[in-house]
Amino acid sequence: MFAALIILPLIGAAVTWLIPYDRLRPKVFSLFALGHLGLTVQLLSNTPPPSAGGWFVLDALGKIVLLGTSVLFLFCAVYSIGYLYYRRERSNRILCVGMLVCLSAASMVTITHHLGLMWVALETTTISMAPLIYFNRNARSIEATWKYLLICSVGVALALIGLYFLAYATIVAKVEPSLLLDDLMRDAGKLSSGWVHAAFVFLLVGFGSKMGLAPLHSWKPDAYGEAPGLVGAMLAGGLVNLAFLALLRVYQLCLATKEITFFQNALVSMGLISMVFAAIFMARQADFKRMLAYSSVEHVGIMAVALGLGGKAVFGALFHILANSLSKGVMFLASGNIHRSYNSKNTSQVKGVLRRLPWSGALFLAGFIAITGSPPFAPFISEFTIISSAFIQGRAVVALIFIVSLAIIFIGMALTVLPMVMGEVPPESESTSYRDTVWTVGPPLGLLLLVFLLGVWIPEPLMSLLNEAAALLEVPR
Amino acid sequence: MISLADQFLVLVLLINFISLGTSRLIFSIRAVAAQGVILGILPGLIHPFSWHLVGITSVIIVAKGFVIPFLLNRAVRSAEIKREVEPFLGYVPTLLLGALFTALSFGFAGKLPLAPEHQNYMFVPASIATLMSGFLILTTRRKAISQVIGYLVLENGIFIFGLLLAEAMPIMVEAGALLDLLVGTFVMGIVINHISREFSSLDTSRLTSLKEE
Repeated sequence: MFAALIILPLIGAAVTWLIPYDRLRPKVFSLFALGHLGLTVQLLSNTPPPSAGGWFVLDALGKIVLLGTSVLFLFCAVYSIGYLYYRRERSNRILCVGMLVCLSAASMVTITHHLGLMWVALETTTISMAPLIYFNRNARSIEATWKYLLICSVGVALALIGLYFLAYATIVAKVEPSLLLDDLMRDAGKLSSGWVHAAFVFLLVGFGSKMGLAPLHSWKPDAYGEAPGLVGAMLAGGLVNLAFLALLRVYQLCLATKEITFFQNALVSMGLISMVFAAIFMARQADFKRMLAYSSVEHVGIMAVALGLGGKAVFGALFHILANSLSKGVMFLASGNIHRSYNSKNTSQVKGVLRRLPWSGALFLAGFIAITGSPPFAPFISEFTIISSAFIQGRAVVALIFIVSLAIIFIGMALTVLPMVMGEVPPESESTSYRDTVWTVGPPLGLLLLVFLLGVWIPEPLMSLLNEAAALLEVPR
Repeated sequence: MISLADQFLVLVLLINFISLGTSRLIFSIRAVAAQGVILGILPGLIHPFSWHLVGITSVIIVAKGFVIPFLLNRAVRSAEIKREVEPFLGYVPTLLLGALFTALSFGFAGKLPLAPEHQNYMFVPASIATLMSGFLILTTRRKAISQVIGYLVLENGIFIFGLLLAEAMPIMVEAGALLDLLVGTFVMGIVINHISREFSSLDTSRLTSLKEE
């Protein structure tokens, strides 16, 4: 079963590579995405036992990230049928193949408990997404691709040295050398604390730069701004969660080694810095896709703060994995439509979206309301949980910075989004052949419905999954 | 065998200085290739003979010593550039910084709680020094190719540390990491090619159209 989850997207990659027709390829691509979600649901409801040697274990944390990734991927794949119809001027072969290879590697990250293998898969997701950022084949996108590739590769390389330090800690402690999470957690008490400490620092910096936590986020606005909408959605809603899962694994180890306070403080401060950074750069952002990138910096910050706070906030962080990835999907897919229609992502030219594209404009507006944490959408629940938990724990300063940043971000984003969707279409704006169709509006609409649904009602199986996952991250008193 | 391994590590450190001090890209690529070959030989010097070891050694030598340099050489040829011009920091200051970092890493490694069987090796300081040299190259050079070379030197530094952990790292993971490095270099080579076509130069400091106003 585990093997199928990894092999199916790879078969899909091979098949889409062989298909010579650009019109047919996205449809086959979507079929494989559907198959992957089917497998995911089956694995979630009927979890197989850990594989021999303990390399492959699907625990509650992995389940949440796998579910989020698979659902978002399916919506992006279906969206690609409509979107790529408007991008017939270039071949979509590399896009489909790259996305499927990335899905395979992403599944690997979620089901493995071997930290070395997880590292390899994480680096594979980085590399496989790089050509997709360069989809538009222009000077700006090559610049974005270069920054993304170099910063993420170096970042993940630093995480590798962190893993090596962990492995070396087992050698110094004279326990069985291993990088299996379960072995490490079992022997955690005996590990040499100097090496473990150094390892945590490197792992935080490495996975933090992949996740885009400030001040390691400099690649993010460029990559998200230049990538096509559906690639941006996968980066902001999929890859970010994989890096967060890697941090969750480190967090589990910290819990076992009793070094947790140091790691928690580092997470809280990096998270708050990210939120403040996002608040500063969000204001007067003229490029609406770059604005979404800063929103992503904000939301990884929220997750980091929540994880660092511990207690009930951890539940908020885990729920936010899903809430953020679905809402980012809505925003990026709708922004892809708007970009196609105006052939510009500058807000000086993009105005009156509600008039020109009633559906995409409304979705973008609703996505904005959802992502800034307004009820009745899912991000409200997670952000509310986190803030109330911060107050309960007496971390008033953290809560205050958190709330003020959220407020500034709301205003900053509104100043960009509202003039964009309201008003008249400027007469000089370029007219293109793009029209809203079922295929380009349906997927973001579906995602929005899910965000709404999770905001008003969390189904029982998901609730118990979240609680089970939060229990894995509980700080012992 | 240990003293021989240490002498090879000294060579690795010398190569760091060559990459730090040269402006000729082809020369730099050759230096990194030589470093890769030495790294391929090292496992053979510290572990007893086995066919398994022969396999690892040859794969590393082929990948780091031949395939990656080939990819980089191709990128250099197609971009038609020969030299790194005007690095952000001059060659003499970078060499001095490199020397300083190397000295510091020896001091630092002496303080680390090493396992007794590794006390007399040079692996840990050599690893940290190489890592730092890679970082220096990465941050002080303008040309995209020089930055890739810096990344490769950094990876080599990590690799040296990995030699101490043969038991902890299963062969599949090592192979996966190497494959990622290969594919990564391949993609970087392609990107370099496109940068030179779009900007008619490989100067990454010209990559500023996405600057925040």
